[in-house]
Amino acid sequence: MTEVLARLGAGWILAVRHLGRSLLLLLRILEGVDELLLRPRLLVEQLFSVGVLTVLIIAVSGLFVGMVLSLQGYYILSQFAAESALGVMVAASLLRELGPVVTALLFAGRAGSALTAEIGLMKATEQLSGLEMMAVDPVRRVLTPRFVAGFIAMPLLAALFSALGVLGGWFVGVGLLGVDDGTWWVQMQARIDWNEDLSNGVIKSLVFGFVCTWIAVFQGYNSVPTSAGVSRATTRTVVHSSLAVLGLDFVLTALMFK
Amino acid sequence: MKTSKTVEILVGAFVAAALLALFFLAMKVSNLGTLDTSDTFEVVARFDNIGSLKVKAPVTMAGVEVGRVSSIGFDQERYQAVVKLAIYRRFDRIPDDTFAKILTAGLLGEQYVGLDPGGSDTFLEEGSEIEITQSAMVLEEVIGQFIFGKAKEEKQ
Amino acid sequence: MRQGQEVSVAGSRPPDEPVLVKIRGLHFSRGDRKIFDGVDIDIPRGRVTAIMGPSGTGKTTLLKLIGGQLAPDRGTIEVDGLNVHALGRRELYRLRMRMGMLFQSGALLTDLDVFENVAYPLREHTRLSESMLRKLVLLKLEAVGLRGARHLKPAELSGGMARRVALARAMALDPMMIMYDEPFTGQDPISMGVLVKLIRQLNDAARLTSILVSHDVAETCAIADLVYVISGGRVIESGPPEQLRESGSEWTRQFMQGLPDGPVPFHYPAPALEADLFGEAA
Repeated sequence: MTEVLARLGAGWILAVRHLGRSLLLLLRILEGVDELLLRPRLLVEQLFSVGVLTVLIIAVSGLFVGMVLSLQGYYILSQFAAESALGVMVAASLLRELGPVVTALLFAGRAGSALTAEIGLMKATEQLSGLEMMAVDPVRRVLTPRFVAGFIAMPLLAALFSALGVLGGWFVGVGLLGVDDGTWWVQMQARIDWNEDLSNGVIKSLVFGFVCTWIAVFQGYNSVPTSAGVSRATTRTVVHSSLAVLGLDFVLTALMFK
Repeated sequence: MKTSKTVEILVGAFVAAALLALFFLAMKVSNLGTLDTSDTFEVVARFDNIGSLKVKAPVTMAGVEVGRVSSIGFDQERYQAVVKLAIYRRFDRIPDDTFAKILTAGLLGEQYVGLDPGGSDTFLEEGSEIEITQSAMVLEEVIGQFIFGKAKEEKQ
Repeated sequence: MRQGQEVSVAGSRPPDEPVLVKIRGLHFSRGDRKIFDGVDIDIPRGRVTAIMGPSGTGKTTLLKLIGGQLAPDRGTIEVDGLNVHALGRRELYRLRMRMGMLFQSGALLTDLDVFENVAYPLREHTRLSESMLRKLVLLKLEAVGLRGARHLKPAELSGGMARRVALARAMALDPMMIMYDEPFTGQDPISMGVLVKLIRQLNDAARLTSILVSHDVAETCAIADLVYVISGGRVIESGPPEQLRESGSEWTRQFMQGLPDGPVPFHYPAPALEADLFGEAA
């Protein structure tokens, strides 16, 4: 019994220590932002690996999620003779939930894990130490650009996801299932509020971008510098990011859509 | 690693495409494109019961949207709802004896304000009040009246 | 270059002070394991000093302590008159510009080619024109014999070549000292010979101070002016290599001559063989 309690306590202490360490790291990362502004090249390079390389999976997923939403929504809505609301349903679910959340989950799997692996490998091969001994702060030089790029890329990717989702839904709803084209757009415009739906979705994805890249760079920087350690850190990044996104989504939804 | 020029072009394309997507979502999907809040004038209408009318509900005339509900208040002396309607300024020839009623879109849809034009030569302008209004139909009352009417019929 | 000024600004002692790195009463532990238990070391200026000891005695840790990447539990480390662990971030980074470090793996940046790797510290810390920078980098690469390999990626280099590129990079800012972390481990005899020659040559030509951490006795003794032998968290013995080879201490002799048995036993502590084989299983 006491052993169980002790183990529980040890787990808590470890969790709190990790949280504290990651907070300190975050502060150091944010301190470097002003320096980054003087070297926009670094940011562009990271936007490439975090953003551009993630576009394909985001675009394809967005398109298919929109198409499936439209298909499923049509079967249910047509039972109530409310097919005209199909566009609203597709757009609302994409903008409010699926766009930010699915993008963040895919981002964690594609970009987050790659970030962790890259930073972890740089640590394992002493590149981070090497930078430090060259009087270059690895946190500012390596982590800050990656963090800022992830923070910027997430809402952009989410916007792409939602836009392509709406188009995919339109293709299925209007093109294949015969919902009227005018009704689709007019109903959507009448019922989707830019502030309530669109802005809140963007805020969500900003929060997710912050948290996902934070987790990714922390796991990479904090990984055990061996190949086993880096692969464990990569797995942890995906698991922690996904859980954080889903948990935060619930909290944010509760706060936003009263 | 690609050459730095390609990287720059691809990142530029990515950001541009994403901003375009955001613009599309704002203008084509949400109501930002149809919203013109600046160019309106406000008129007041009083209703005995507004049902479930909400702020931002459309105000239509012959089915065409001519404005939006901008605020809903309550007059404690007359026990009436005070609804302010923001009418787009381009509709400047609505007679001031126009009739406002609260209608429902579809059987269970949202409620909106419908205007029926009167015959006056003077038009609505900033601050005017619509005198003739009809309250929202509340489903329970309608059903209640229907049953009451049936009962009366059977008595006779 | 600005390097010359930096010395007079940052160094509080005149440059003829014979001891560059002064370590006093160094204590350091990792978890429960004591790694250094009161170590005193003086690294003379302009010489090649080797720090030797069996694997796991914290030789690399010592370099990281000197470079300020780790902080000691107790004791001080002075580099050129500056207490490394009392410096602010800015001063520490300025001091590090005057230190080069050669990592075991080379620690080259994998996404840059050889030329850019050597150019990296110059780009970070100086504002040289592109043509000036090119000349400097090519000179550094020439010094390690890899001017022709400038377009290769780190992944295409052999271990020895990677270390030579890293050496050129460590030299890029004309530091006052270079620390070598196990430079000979895992090298074939030829690249080992090249590295031995390079370390000595660079030390004498550029009037550097070199600190060499290694357990390769023969190669290290060939170039070191002074050797410190560390074991069990303490300095066992120090002196010129010839003197240590004939040391009175049996332990030192065993280490320097690579004898299989001696004060460091061949057998890991165990109960007597007979008891283990024929006794009752516990």
